[in-house]
Amino acid sequence: MEIPYAVKTRPDTGLYNAKIGIWLFLASEVMLFGALFSSYILLRVNADPGTWPLHLLNVKLGAVNTIVLILSSVMVVFGWASLKMNNFRAYQFYQGVTILCALIFLGIKSFEYRDKFNHYEVPLKNGTIADGHIDRANKDTNFFAFEAGRVVASHADLMLPPAAGVKLEELRIPMSDIQDRADGKGKEIENYGPWHSSYLAIYFVLTGLHALHVIGGAIVIFAIWGPLACVWKTDPERYINRVEVSGLFWHFVDLIWIFLFPVLYLL
Amino acid sequence: MREPTIEHAADGGGHSVAEAKQHMRTYAIVGVALMIGTGLTVWAAFINFGSREINIIAALVIASTKGFLVAGFFMHLISEKKLIYSIMACTVFFFAALMFLTLHSMTPGSIVHMR
Amino acid sequence: MQEPSHAPEAHHEEPGFWRKYVFSTDHKVIGIQYGITALLFMLFGFCLMLLMRWQIGHNGQAVPLLGKLLLKIHGPDMISADKTGTMGVISADLYNSYGAMHGTIMVFLAVVPLAFGAFGNFVTPLQIGAPDMAFPRVNMASYQFYVVGGLVMLASFFIPGGAAKSGWTSYSPLATVGDLHRPNGQTFWILGMVCLINSSLLGAVNFITTIIQLRVKGLNWMRLPFFVWAQFVTAFLLLLAFPPLEAAGVLQLADNLLGTSFFLPTGLVVSGTALHVSGGGSPLLWQHLFWFLGHPEVYVLILPAMGIVTEIIANNTRKPVWGYRSMVYSVLVIGFLSFIVWAHHMYLTGMGTRIATFFQTTTMMISIPSVIILTSLLISLWGASIRFTVPMLFALAFLPMFGIGGLTGLPLGFNVSDIYLHDTYYVIAHFHYIVAPGTIFGLFAGIYFWYPKATGRFMNDFWGKVHFGLSFIFMNAIFLPMFFQGMAGMSRRMYDGGLTYAEVPATDGSPGIPGLSTFVLGLNRPILWAAVCLGLAQIPFIINFFWSLRHGRRVASDNPWEATTLDWQTPTPPPHGNFAKPMEVFRGPYEYSVPGEARDFTTQNEPDTAQPLTHGDSVRS
Repeated sequence: MEIPYAVKTRPDTGLYNAKIGIWLFLASEVMLFGALFSSYILLRVNADPGTWPLHLLNVKLGAVNTIVLILSSVMVVFGWASLKMNNFRAYQFYQGVTILCALIFLGIKSFEYRDKFNHYEVPLKNGTIADGHIDRANKDTNFFAFEAGRVVASHADLMLPPAAGVKLEELRIPMSDIQDRADGKGKEIENYGPWHSSYLAIYFVLTGLHALHVIGGAIVIFAIWGPLACVWKTDPERYINRVEVSGLFWHFVDLIWIFLFPVLYLL
Repeated sequence: MREPTIEHAADGGGHSVAEAKQHMRTYAIVGVALMIGTGLTVWAAFINFGSREINIIAALVIASTKGFLVAGFFMHLISEKKLIYSIMACTVFFFAALMFLTLHSMTPGSIVHMR
Repeated sequence: MQEPSHAPEAHHEEPGFWRKYVFSTDHKVIGIQYGITALLFMLFGFCLMLLMRWQIGHNGQAVPLLGKLLLKIHGPDMISADKTGTMGVISADLYNSYGAMHGTIMVFLAVVPLAFGAFGNFVTPLQIGAPDMAFPRVNMASYQFYVVGGLVMLASFFIPGGAAKSGWTSYSPLATVGDLHRPNGQTFWILGMVCLINSSLLGAVNFITTIIQLRVKGLNWMRLPFFVWAQFVTAFLLLLAFPPLEAAGVLQLADNLLGTSFFLPTGLVVSGTALHVSGGGSPLLWQHLFWFLGHPEVYVLILPAMGIVTEIIANNTRKPVWGYRSMVYSVLVIGFLSFIVWAHHMYLTGMGTRIATFFQTTTMMISIPSVIILTSLLISLWGASIRFTVPMLFALAFLPMFGIGGLTGLPLGFNVSDIYLHDTYYVIAHFHYIVAPGTIFGLFAGIYFWYPKATGRFMNDFWGKVHFGLSFIFMNAIFLPMFFQGMAGMSRRMYDGGLTYAEVPATDGSPGIPGLSTFVLGLNRPILWAAVCLGLAQIPFIINFFWSLRHGRRVASDNPWEATTLDWQTPTPPPHGNFAKPMEVFRGPYEYSVPGEARDFTTQNEPDTAQPLTHGDSVRS
């Protein structure tokens, strides 16, 4: 039993089934990320003054990631066009670069995440705040050691990156100098995870969900490129459709990042 | 290797090899435009326009342009069938409704403050 | 013909038991799987309600017979002994769990899977002449997501802290701070919802693609049965409205497990201690994202039932439905407007009057197409020769019941009157009238109607009428009094049935305290008994359903109801691939009693015999 229009297009709509299917799915994804972007705007507009950071993230890395994804999008569409021109070798090359780009993107993202988890904010009993990257080599439990940190007067001072000329230095803070938690569960030491602020929370959720989509898209593209490449020999039209549909998903992933990058990194 | 069945191309039109080559050029140009747009966004973000609103608007305008390029050319939306257009148009409308109506219900401009 | 005819099976051997009945990609099998699973969940949700109503009507008294079992399941934190020492008193927390899960299960695990997953899957491809859904394997996956989501929800009853207890609406901050176990029932609720949402999204993509692409030759849009239009719009609602709730669910999950505060405001204090979170979040944000789905969801609940009722009314009045075109435009307008009315659930949150008026306006507007559909169906009865079959009885009852439910929504839609009625029993009565004697009656009608197509036998007629009569009486007995309780000011979600707010009559010495009268509070007991009777009234239905599989009166033909639509032009039951020969459609869906024709119905696929086109027929593509 054959499902009609799985490969051939239906005359009155001009489309094959999977194309409509993927666009419908992308419509639902627009609503998903749209709701998250709306949440971002609301959380930001209603944030208390002095609690929303600016340029907290590494703009260079973000820009590199943007370029990487744009390149992968170009590769995907080159790959599809090559298939239309019956050039399977070229398609294999372009799609391979796409997968490589996906891996680079995820690698940079992991590095950025780890960087955040190594960044600590430590309020002190004298009212100032020590802030910076933890020195993991320190084993002395009487001290909290920063490999590159600074001490600022208030939390609001942490909302901007260190001004040009300010050097970060190694700091060793005695535990006794660190403020205690109000609920009695130890010292007030917190790293820059999603729990730290609304900004970081929405950053991790948005980029985390996006990264899951990168992984999913890359797996599908890889599966079609690798294990399922035999379909090119038996049913080339169906194969081209699959490449096109997975390509559409990949472009959408790129599209989301095109908005994520300025919103989270630059504004 | 089977003969290419380009006449029955699955994108709903019959694209000849020459047309596909033309498309490759378009894709490459759009790709370069996107890279330039990225550089532009970064550069504009660090300019002090006086009010942050202008930075935000500039960033969103550039991002939207890049978005249109990706959607229009890479995703072929510019030559896509009306059905797909109408689905995406509805979606964008509902997304806009979600964003603007929620914002409008919750900003300090409303009678009761959120906090 | 007696024997079901066989479609030309190509070259496949018979699949084994697992492939055929468990891991099937056939839309009919998947539809039945959805149907049975959904009915089981509906029964479970009904039992939760009975337990709740017992507690409301008998505050502090042990549940009869089930006390020890409840203790075993829920533990001594939730179940205690009453004054006489009998085990089985439902605690306030447990009551809240029952309430939250009753709502969640009924909406997401019972009614929508039955209306959309079961009927939609089984009937839609048949009515459009398709061999199956556009994406059969995606269809199977959507059912599997549904089952996993349902199991996660059920499992939540057995974990420390019990199931979610912050309402089916899961409002923050209560949803995050109400139960301090990690993970807790709320975590399971969110994970279950994510599974269910994904199931619905896959289903929606499938339905829309199928209806657009797989309509058979000649079946243009204005020749579609209204049922298909209803499922089409429902699919769009699910597609575009669910993702914001999935996003919100992810955010609330982060609040729950990662210590974020998307929905927790700054300075929140729980049990005297400041909560150690970053703050800066907004409880209102959750409400907006939830109700953005929540409102289209209620149209998801009603539209398929409207579709089913329309098919049955046309078939049993032997007339075309009046105003088919208006109904189609109305359902499209309902679909569109349903996205921009959601904050009428939030009138009491302090929105400005301008935005509240906007939502009030759109809410009033959306009542218009709903009334058009209801009126069209009512007018369809005029001058009809009605066959009072069991499906028709349910379909007829749907009309006034949905009418009551819809009309009682009007005072809720106006923001001023809603200030008084919000979160009272009036709201409960309003939405239950729409879903219980509304949608569920439509679904019962559909079960009795399509049972002969799926099984080749009729359900027993007498017991069907008993099921109908008793259900109708007891549904009204349960929900009608609730309007009065609500108008008296009785709040919903009170585990003691409102006793805290009982009035204290004035005496010589004191002026008394105004509150709920003994009459209003006293209504809780008869409502409980009506609910028990409603449950008993389902027993004939359940027995009838299974008994008729083997012993029901066999159908004499493939089209026992003498219906016009393509779903009745298949062999019985329809084989894999559905149709014995390629179908083509020549006319609209409700060509009943066409003047000059020999029979009182003309099927959609009967070839034209050089007759001029009938007036109501449209040949636009």
